[in-house]
Amino acid sequence: MDLRLSGIAHRYGDLTAIERVDLTVGSGETVVLIGPSGCGKSTLLGIAGGLLAPGAGRVETAGAAPAGCLNPLTYVFQDFALLPWRTVEGNVALALEHHPLTASERAERVDAALALTGLREFALVYPKQLSGGMRQRVGLARAVVVRPAILLLDEPLSALDAQTRELLMADLLAIWERERTTALYVTHNLAEAARLGDRVVVMSRRPGRIKDTLAIDLPRGARERPEHAAAMADLQARLWRLIEDEARVAEREVADG
Amino acid sequence: MAESAPRPVAFRGGGFQPSPRRWAPWLAFAAILGLWQAASAAGMLPSLFMPSPVEIGRALGSLAASGDLGRHLGASLYRIGLGWTLGAAAGLAVGLAMGLWSMARAVGIPVVSALFPIPKIALLPLFILWFGIGEPSKVATIALGTFFPTVVSAFGAVDNVPRNLIRMAQSFGLPVAEIVRKVVLPGALPGVLSGFRISASIALILVVAAEMIGAEFGVGAYILLTGNLMQIDRLLAGVVVLSLLGLAIGAILGRVEAWLLRWR
Ligand SMILES: Nc1ncnc2c1ncn2[C@@H]1O[C@H](COP(=O)(O)OP(=O)(O)O)[C@@H](O)[C@H]1O
Ligand SMILES: [Mg+2]
Repeated sequence: MDLRLSGIAHRYGDLTAIERVDLTVGSGETVVLIGPSGCGKSTLLGIAGGLLAPGAGRVETAGAAPAGCLNPLTYVFQDFALLPWRTVEGNVALALEHHPLTASERAERVDAALALTGLREFALVYPKQLSGGMRQRVGLARAVVVRPAILLLDEPLSALDAQTRELLMADLLAIWERERTTALYVTHNLAEAARLGDRVVVMSRRPGRIKDTLAIDLPRGARERPEHAAAMADLQARLWRLIEDEARVAEREVADG
Repeated sequence: MAESAPRPVAFRGGGFQPSPRRWAPWLAFAAILGLWQAASAAGMLPSLFMPSPVEIGRALGSLAASGDLGRHLGASLYRIGLGWTLGAAAGLAVGLAMGLWSMARAVGIPVVSALFPIPKIALLPLFILWFGIGEPSKVATIALGTFFPTVVSAFGAVDNVPRNLIRMAQSFGLPVAEIVRKVVLPGALPGVLSGFRISASIALILVVAAEMIGAEFGVGAYILLTGNLMQIDRLLAGVVVLSLLGLAIGAILGRVEAWLLRWR
């Protein structure tokens, strides 16, 4: 399924968060959106999934959703957004309970999602008992359990330490390889962008516009190989040059919103 | 730095870590009672105005043995139970409505702010005129006194449910009723329960005050009666009963809370 954003603009009161963004994410493609903090990435993602009404512009999807898809546009959140009073299993099941599934269909789906994210043995554990990485795995399980057509990920790894981030990136890639889900992935981490994106879209500082787009040709599974280390380093350096000035100015901005 | 003999680094990170001392409160309690008893025995406290712990204990024993304790405690518990249930249930309904609907909030906040500060015991004479001197006026005082704090805590509890959880539920397409049932209400539960603690202690205060007007039975009535008769040992026995009652209510609510919020 494609995701098409055209002419998106958004204001919060007097503050223009996004000026004019056109962006299409093709079916099965992963687009990584990077930009300095406060440039409107979360705003754009909220608009993309219908959680926020855009000030101007249109959001459309096109194409068929995968078989058994219950929630075409599905989010993974930076702060995990787990219900602390539900177990891991209960948090994943939350996404299914309002759909007309039989109890066994539901149990099968939950079990498959937990297996895919390595959470089977934690099914009956509460979120507070889990590490950050495991909590985000619950967030991933809750997303894949609805067989999404398009994943919208808002800095899903930013609350995690560097080692956990590596582990989860590998998990994400494995899931994407299997499910061929379209994904729009927001981050401010250049290593994540270089590792995960088919295409990296760089946003300017506020008011957010698209400043540049970089296609990455190396297959995602091969990017960690030693022979590609130089190319990857070069890619990250190019990304950094694109956002360095923006980040420097954005950092010195005083909040006026 | 010049070469010199190695010096050990002194430990300086001690203190500022409260550690439990289980025996300390009991010891302090026993010491206070012991001193009090000793002062009474030495004749330093006039037993007419300040009876010794032993005398109070004896008065408590005879209160229990005569069956009066059950009668008074039963009357008070009945009024607390009924008044608190009515007040807390109505307060919960209104507070949740204010948390969930803009209209209820717009009307509710000014009304509650205006009525909340009234000391509800001041309305007892009015309720006596309306409902007569019997049970309804006392129960109404307690119900009204517990209603407002429950409204405020329930409203605040709903308001404090993290927005990101609600957005998450919306992003998975949960219908509004399901979001209320599965996200908002469980998220508000901790705040609601701590509001119950406050309203329960208010109910205890109000029942004693209400029983001092036109009640035959009730711990408050007993304390007023024994005071009028200058039976200070029995009066203080009544006070002991009240503090035990408060402790018991707090302990029960604590248990309920620990069970309902076991995910914390
Ligand atoms: N609800 C809001 N009300 C007012 N301003 C907001 C709101 N949400 C975000 N903003 C402002 O809009 C800008 C873009 O925010 P956001 O989309 O969260 O940026 P990013 O995710 O790129 O860090 C920021 O300057 C932020 O302060
Ligand atoms: Mg953001």
